[in-house]
Amino acid sequence: MVFAQLQRPAMVIGKYAAILFYLTFALFPLYWLLKIAVTPDRLIYSDGTRLWPSEFTLSNFTAVLFQTDFLSYFTNSLVVSLGTAGLTTVFAAGAGYAFSRFNFGGKKIIIAVMLITQMFPLLMIIAPIYKVVASLGLLNSLTSLIIVYTAFNIPFATFLMQSFFDGIPKDLEEAAMMDGCSRFQALRKVILPLTLPGLGATLGFVFTAAWSELLFALMLISKNDTMTFPVGLLTFVSKFSVDWGQMMAAGVLALVPSCLFFIFIQRYLVQGLTSGAVKG
Amino acid sequence: MITRKHIVTEPGGHRARRSLYWQYAVEPFFYLSPAIILIGAVMLMPLVIGISYSFQSIDLLRPFNTGWVGFENYTKLWSDRKFWLALENTFWWTFWSITLQFFLGLGLALLLNTQFYGKKLFQALVFLPWAVPTFLSALTWAWLFNPVIGPIPHWLAALGVLSEPYNILGDPDLALWGPITANVWFGVPFFAITLLAALQSIPGDMYEAAEIDGASAWQTFTKITLPFLAPMIAITVMLRTIWIANFADLIFVMTGGGPASSTQIVSSYIFTTAFRKLDFGYASAIAVALLGILMVYAVLLLVLRKKLVKV
Repeated sequence: MVFAQLQRPAMVIGKYAAILFYLTFALFPLYWLLKIAVTPDRLIYSDGTRLWPSEFTLSNFTAVLFQTDFLSYFTNSLVVSLGTAGLTTVFAAGAGYAFSRFNFGGKKIIIAVMLITQMFPLLMIIAPIYKVVASLGLLNSLTSLIIVYTAFNIPFATFLMQSFFDGIPKDLEEAAMMDGCSRFQALRKVILPLTLPGLGATLGFVFTAAWSELLFALMLISKNDTMTFPVGLLTFVSKFSVDWGQMMAAGVLALVPSCLFFIFIQRYLVQGLTSGAVKG
Repeated sequence: MITRKHIVTEPGGHRARRSLYWQYAVEPFFYLSPAIILIGAVMLMPLVIGISYSFQSIDLLRPFNTGWVGFENYTKLWSDRKFWLALENTFWWTFWSITLQFFLGLGLALLLNTQFYGKKLFQALVFLPWAVPTFLSALTWAWLFNPVIGPIPHWLAALGVLSEPYNILGDPDLALWGPITANVWFGVPFFAITLLAALQSIPGDMYEAAEIDGASAWQTFTKITLPFLAPMIAITVMLRTIWIANFADLIFVMTGGGPASSTQIVSSYIFTTAFRKLDFGYASAIAVALLGILMVYAVLLLVLRKKLVKV
């Protein structure tokens, strides 16, 4: 419908060229990651720029899984990311609902403050947070990471949830309230089930963000047994004298959860942004 | 609005007033308070503390040398050659990252707004880089740029762009292009998602009318699509510029700011100062300076946006 002219032959060729270009650009680095992970160590250098590995092996994967602390990093990251995603989604759903359904004193200020938190250099608050966490004795704890990540993700998640709530007619909970539900009951029983795609998108979005976070994890965690995946993987560099094959194998494994989540959410994400608030 | 009317018309003035109070002053905060408390405790309070640090000497290597020093950190900053170099690098890093991300993202969004076979799969695949953890994309791109084992220097040499396949990340004149490439790769999907969302909210009959009037694809694009996208473009470009200027992970992993500080941007300089030199006071002063610059930029862009949208 849009861009009807794109049906002309020259346009069609151009379009498929563009499709090919974007696919190559997006996937080539990931392909290379996978290629190095399945190349035997002794061939990594001699295979160098070959597009296809001359020999396959899964030994990097088995080595990572059974001879390194990978599983512990992976579990820590999973705990942190799931905890963060769960908490953030619940709190952001509440805040997004309040923005969508109420007019109240200070609303504009709170929205402005949330926007501002997206603007200032997070590095600015790294030092104070470090000192606070240290003085509470929470360094090297997954709890402190979950709390920090949750706070960081709430603003964007709130705007996202608000746009999903804006897409649901107000009459629905009003009808439920007429029938004797309290507002909270109406939210829980009528509105939230309708926002499931939005909740899913927010959950997935925050999960991926927490899964990749490096700087705060680097700063707050220095003990091996509470390291999250990004920090643990970086220590591969020094600890195992850059075992590239294992590192890339670990990387491929780390990609699995966030990619699965992401493929699942990206449709809802476009849908949610279309319906409202983030349009600015 | 509807709910207010509904409550006011309820029988019993006293009850109505109490529920109005409940609805305007209490109930919203029942839903908001966890978010507000967390943001306040983890972001706003540290922000204030961070600003106060910038007027103090807080050097963990010299723990007895702490205290208020007024503007000392700032005067030191003014004459710090490394800071100005980092600021210049921040400009180029941000400028090229945002420009390339924006144009590629816009192209992708326009492409995804048309119909073609396998579109759903295509969309899931081209959005993938955004889901790749930053440190992992940094490592992958560092590998791709490696002159011994990475393909990019070899290809560039074969194309005649480079005289020989040498280490781009080790060349002070070119090193910044490594992280920029990785950043563009990682950031295109986000621009594409937001712009696609904006594109899909443009009413379809606008295009039908344009088609009936015989408008060319280019005319349709400049007369309908771009004006509709303008507000979204302004807000995403602003937020993303600030975000990219603050974003040091890729640089941190790929080049560590080197060679010879040629890829040190302000935010990686803050990190180095705070956690390698443990000079929190000075690091905070740099951060406040960066915040100030970004605020000026944001205000300029908001003014510009207001002017553009009015027309």
